[in-house]
Amino acid sequence: MTVTVSRPDTGARTSLPLDIEAIRADFPILSRTVRDGKRLVYLDSGATSQKPRQVLDAERWFYENINAAPHRGAHQLAEEATGAYEAARATIGAFVGAPEREIVFTRNTTEGINLVAYALSNAATAKEPEFRKYAVGQGDEIVVTEMEHHANLLPWQQLCERTGATLRWLGLTDGGRLDLSDLDTVINERTKLVALTQQSNLLGTINPIAPIAERAHAVGALVLVDGAQSVPHSPIDVTELGADFLVFSGHKMLGPTGVGVLWGRYDVLDALPPFLTGGSMIEVVRMEGSTFAAPPQRFEAGVPMTAQVIGLAAAVEYLQALGMDNVEAHEKALTGYALEKLAEIPGVTVIGPPDTVARGGAISFTVDGIHPHDVGQVLDDLGIAVRVGHHCAWPVVRRYGVPATTRATFYVHTGYDDIDALADGVRAAQKFFGVS
Amino acid sequence: MQLESMYQEIILDHYRHPHGRGLREPFEAEVHHVNPTCGDEVTLRVHLEGDTIADVSYEGMGCSISQASVSAMYDLVIGKTVPQALETSEHFMTLMQAKGDPSVAEKLEDELEDAVAFAGVSKYPARIKCALMSWMALKDASARALSAPHPTTPAEGQS
Repeated sequence: MTVTVSRPDTGARTSLPLDIEAIRADFPILSRTVRDGKRLVYLDSGATSQKPRQVLDAERWFYENINAAPHRGAHQLAEEATGAYEAARATIGAFVGAPEREIVFTRNTTEGINLVAYALSNAATAKEPEFRKYAVGQGDEIVVTEMEHHANLLPWQQLCERTGATLRWLGLTDGGRLDLSDLDTVINERTKLVALTQQSNLLGTINPIAPIAERAHAVGALVLVDGAQSVPHSPIDVTELGADFLVFSGHKMLGPTGVGVLWGRYDVLDALPPFLTGGSMIEVVRMEGSTFAAPPQRFEAGVPMTAQVIGLAAAVEYLQALGMDNVEAHEKALTGYALEKLAEIPGVTVIGPPDTVARGGAISFTVDGIHPHDVGQVLDDLGIAVRVGHHCAWPVVRRYGVPATTRATFYVHTGYDDIDALADGVRAAQKFFGVS
Repeated sequence: MQLESMYQEIILDHYRHPHGRGLREPFEAEVHHVNPTCGDEVTLRVHLEGDTIADVSYEGMGCSISQASVSAMYDLVIGKTVPQALETSEHFMTLMQAKGDPSVAEKLEDELEDAVAFAGVSKYPARIKCALMSWMALKDASARALSAPHPTTPAEGQS
């Protein structure tokens, strides 16, 4: 467990890079009140982000003007819907430095990771020799970390159970970082794939992808990066990342629910068999058997979530207008301030890195003598929305010897006033439960 | 603050000074229940004499609501027959579905004693499962205890 220390370099209320008053005006939900007229202090963007009007307008625009199933039909609406859908793919790809043919739309991060995991086991039984290149089987190893969200753990556990492969993992240090001391033994010539998060949803830790990817590639393994908590909050370029796959969710980056992205290096995607099969993903279909389309269509069976994709492109444009460097700097300033404010409260312990070095705006903490659910309830009563529990990362809370944590996460509309409200709320919880 | 409607003084008393806490022998069944959304846990044992609940012993970790609920349940079910305890459990379930309706709590006051204080919890859907976890464990353990031939030692306890 890590105890926060007051860092003089992090706590100052420097002026924030983003104009939060202007930004807040774009988010209709932030003008509502909760729990008897209290201002909504939304500190749960890590679970799902709120949506600016521009995103909501884009979805409405699609349905009101060009709604049709893309890649089907020869009528004007179908043409326009296809055009808008593919233009959105280009916009979203460019956001992470990827060409459009490497962008696959999924339901969310979870589905993107499952897509890869199932493709690797489907590869073992594929009738097409060209799909067997990355097949996983007995004697192979998959590597994850102890820091993963369940979405980047269970699909690999299940892949191993289906194929007889072995799951291995990199552990964590007491300071909330990956323990890379045994990197060269955990990732070895038996390793087929290394899956790790770029930013922990619970600890806030930002992981060094480059050295891990370098080791993985040296032994011929693929690298999948869970970007659910990093892509929304910092500039990411897949040409610099060093990974073979990057997976993220639209709903955590101001976009709609129901759309996520799997980026994959084209040559890798092209060597993988499909996960879900059906309409849209085919080349030729006969009763005796079928062949499949090239990526990305091979991995997009069925009528896609067209309106959501267009909404996500609007979210990307919104973030680009703010500038991802500014978004990152904004959250870094808030994180430093929040770590300092929480450190001032006796009995509060931050689980995760104590300063802003290689750390994002997800702060988990415990309050001595009060269960996180009860902390969350008092905060809710004050209009402050946080997440409590194990945050779908049960092994992480177990690693740090706590049953659960309270977690505050920040985004583009978060300001110092929100963090002051959080700190005051924690003190109110201590008072209510008589532990201060 | 609406908080007081959920965190009644009776609930906080049970939380701070739980009744019947600790695992004891003898017992006929032991169960372990978890609340997978938050990780809260309870291990609960039931000891029957005939079909009467002679003891309920437990260990657990969780929020004030889950811990107070098991303590209030302990007071309610000791000395009752298993069918009577299950009836009480049904009353508690009814209270949890009342969405804060005070008339429901009023009607159940005699049956639920201290546990009627949990009426305020029923206004918070996310917390209802906290209050219900121990009752679910009791239901499970009682059914197992009734079908167990003899008191078991901890090593043989089911979980």
